[in-house]
Amino acid sequence: MSFLRVSTIALLASPLVARASQLNLQTPVTDTAREVYDLHTLLLVVTAAIFVVVFSVMFYALFKHRKAAGHQARLFHENTTVEIIWTVIPFLILAGMAWPATRVILEQKSTRGEDMTIKVTGYQWKWRYDYLDANFGFVSHLATPNAAIANDGAKGEHYLLEVDEPLVVPTGRKVRLLITANDVIHAWWVPALGVKQDAVPGFVRDAWFKVDQPGVYRGQCAELCGKDHGFMPIVVDARSPADYDKWLAAKKAAAAANVDDPNKVWTLADLNARGEKVYQQNCVACHLANGQGVPGAFPALAASKIATGDIAAHIGIVLHGSKKNPAMAAWGTQLSDTDLAAVITYERNAWGNNTGQAVQPKDVKAARGAKS
Amino acid sequence: MAIVTDTEHGHAGHERPTGWARWLTATNHKDIGTLYLWFSFVMFLTGGVMALGIRAELFQPGLQFWQPELFNQLTTQHGLIMVFGAIMPAFTGMANWMLPLMIGAPDMAFARMNNWSFWLLPPAALLLIISFLVPGGAASAGWTLYAPLSTQMGMGMDFTIFAIHIMGISSIMGSINIIVTILNLRAPGMTMAKMPMFAWASLITAYLIIAVMPVLAGVVTMVLTDRHFGTHFFNAAGGGDPVLYQHVFWFFGHPEVYIMALPAFGIVSHILPTFARKPLFGYASMVYATSSIALLSFMVWAHHMFTTGMPATAQLFFMYATMLIAVPTGVKVFNWIATLWQGSISFETPMLFAIGFVCLFTVGGLSGVTLSIAAVDIQLQDTYYVVAHFHYVLVAGALFSLFAAVYYWFPKMTGRMYNEKLGKLHFWWSLVWFNVTFFPMHFLGLAGMPRRIPDYALQFTSFNEVASVGSFCFGLGQLIFLFNMLWSIRKGEPAPAKPWEGADTLEWQIPSPAPYHSFAEAPELEVGENGAIRGMKGGAHH
Repeated sequence: MSFLRVSTIALLASPLVARASQLNLQTPVTDTAREVYDLHTLLLVVTAAIFVVVFSVMFYALFKHRKAAGHQARLFHENTTVEIIWTVIPFLILAGMAWPATRVILEQKSTRGEDMTIKVTGYQWKWRYDYLDANFGFVSHLATPNAAIANDGAKGEHYLLEVDEPLVVPTGRKVRLLITANDVIHAWWVPALGVKQDAVPGFVRDAWFKVDQPGVYRGQCAELCGKDHGFMPIVVDARSPADYDKWLAAKKAAAAANVDDPNKVWTLADLNARGEKVYQQNCVACHLANGQGVPGAFPALAASKIATGDIAAHIGIVLHGSKKNPAMAAWGTQLSDTDLAAVITYERNAWGNNTGQAVQPKDVKAARGAKS
Repeated sequence: MAIVTDTEHGHAGHERPTGWARWLTATNHKDIGTLYLWFSFVMFLTGGVMALGIRAELFQPGLQFWQPELFNQLTTQHGLIMVFGAIMPAFTGMANWMLPLMIGAPDMAFARMNNWSFWLLPPAALLLIISFLVPGGAASAGWTLYAPLSTQMGMGMDFTIFAIHIMGISSIMGSINIIVTILNLRAPGMTMAKMPMFAWASLITAYLIIAVMPVLAGVVTMVLTDRHFGTHFFNAAGGGDPVLYQHVFWFFGHPEVYIMALPAFGIVSHILPTFARKPLFGYASMVYATSSIALLSFMVWAHHMFTTGMPATAQLFFMYATMLIAVPTGVKVFNWIATLWQGSISFETPMLFAIGFVCLFTVGGLSGVTLSIAAVDIQLQDTYYVVAHFHYVLVAGALFSLFAAVYYWFPKMTGRMYNEKLGKLHFWWSLVWFNVTFFPMHFLGLAGMPRRIPDYALQFTSFNEVASVGSFCFGLGQLIFLFNMLWSIRKGEPAPAKPWEGADTLEWQIPSPAPYHSFAEAPELEVGENGAIRGMKGGAHH
């Protein structure tokens, strides 16, 4: 089978077929992905052979046994022997395919003996990665600018397949993923790794991969998860163990330095500046950059009753979500008190909502406490 | 054969309504069949225009025409309308028109229920279409309406759920009618073991519908109560399970695939023998294969869910069971080829569509075998490979067989011949552009393009452009069909009772167009395999 793989890759990778990755499965970089690739090649060869045999016989008949060619029909209409033969032969072919497939499935599903574990959580519409062994995590968003999607700007090489924070993993280690979701079902899929696993809210599923070579591998959410389903890519950056350790140390230090003091009192201008960033990352997908929302589906925030009225109600809906509209997420589980205070402040002062009101982290903290 | 050819005179005690009342109050299986067929054609065009909306957006990367919300609504409603509005009603319409004629029955068993089962459809379709106009727009969770995404939607989802309920009731009533008609109204001599394959296929399909439509009704009702009454069937935080939705949905959904394929198998099993001038090869094994496909279809639902994280043993069971379906399906394909073998084959339009069906359905079957292998399916699930696969079995399978059926029986229905040149043009045009549209999708899927995305990475551009051009040409080609039908109904050559030399089932024994009341008295039949009529006595028409 590896002969098959080598020859198909050689054929497809030849300069003649410049877009090799567009005619077959993506070049595999893990053992499982390679086995899937081989299995697919085997299936392709077998089904192509069946196709050729079946179609040759049929087209021979269509050509030779034409009325226009003067062929007289012979009126036979059953033959138990051939009917048994063509029941048994396909059965044997299928059994021959099932055998190698069973082995690959058992290997794919074997998640034991991992070297490290990462928890992956799907959100509408971004991924959160928690390094359980290192006790830290971050959120990964689409990095393609809106202008490029709206055809107002140039599209880069990795259009729609680029993120602000890729998942960084070490090569040569068995990485076990614990996959779940926060709102609806998503699916974490990186073709080159041979992993596709649904992220089901309320349940934890697992999957695993072990990358041999350093490199950047790209994938996308594969389960329809609402409006921005097409805009939640996955980027896995595999680095040598030494580079990975360096990255991890730097990342943890930066995370520790960025922890906010929940009791700090912020100025309105600082809150607004930070709030705009938080809004861009989290709220813009539904309520849009201009705060106008999507009529019928997502309410406008500009001049809205919530963003200009009672502060407590505004904090409440951002913290706990909306009872009336399940599409509005409960951000209390995703954002810190400081981020929430900033974004609420921003919403109360942007797009002509000039309330001049600042919400402080401690207000959010109090609101959280009041509810629980 | 004593056949009354007088179709002009009314019948004492039967006042036949005319004008719109003829259609609104129709109880005649031929009128109702016609209603079904026109309804499904209108739905086919509606769903088709939505597909063109999808392909227009995907012609180039970036968002050109629609925002992602509307794109998702279009994909969802395209799927629902094609499945429940176009393909299923078209087969029911064909069964309504042809079954009584093929088995020597005066009408369907429950004529008034038949009227009701048709007239439920237009309001359901209307609900789907006006749901685009309600706040939040139409349902946009894919035709599978997976929870918990479907519990998030606006009121468009409630419209869709209600529409599914109504269409489900309609198809269950249609099925009851088909089953009772076949079991009770066969003319003397037409035994079950000699029945035409189309009757067998319709009978088995009707049982499938009765078995699974209530399951669909159940699961969408659970979504409805989750949405409005806080039942948490599919909400893990309330003790439910989102994956339960998928199990129940696909317990309906997989047999549904065969609900849209088995009648096609029946139709093709008449057209190939007719134009090969040879009896169907392996009639008995065809009946057994059809029944075993139907039975197996209940045991394989979870192959749609290989990526949900089920245990290895479950994956293996569902993989083996799914692969098994290839055996009876293979038997059918081999039997069709053996039917052609040593025939005296001619290539009228119905035959072209039937051969096109066999070829392309086989391609869809082979990509189905690839998808059945769970390890490989992990890579292909929810990609364009799957989109290619099911369009090969549903467009080239179900739709091509329906075109074949309409051309084949058009002379019997209207008393006129369709235009052969336009028919052939329609076939070749559709065949070419179908492949241009859907074959590249195999490559898109392999290369990693997920389905249901409104915008895509740049490396997918060329194949998407090809597919979009193909889809517009394919869509345009259906106007050839529409024109041919409209023109031929008025101006076509008058058709003889039996326009096809090799046709031997009962409907060809009566005049064309089929008299309004056929077989008012049951004929006495001498029947061979696959409903071939060897002798007939009586059977008055008016």
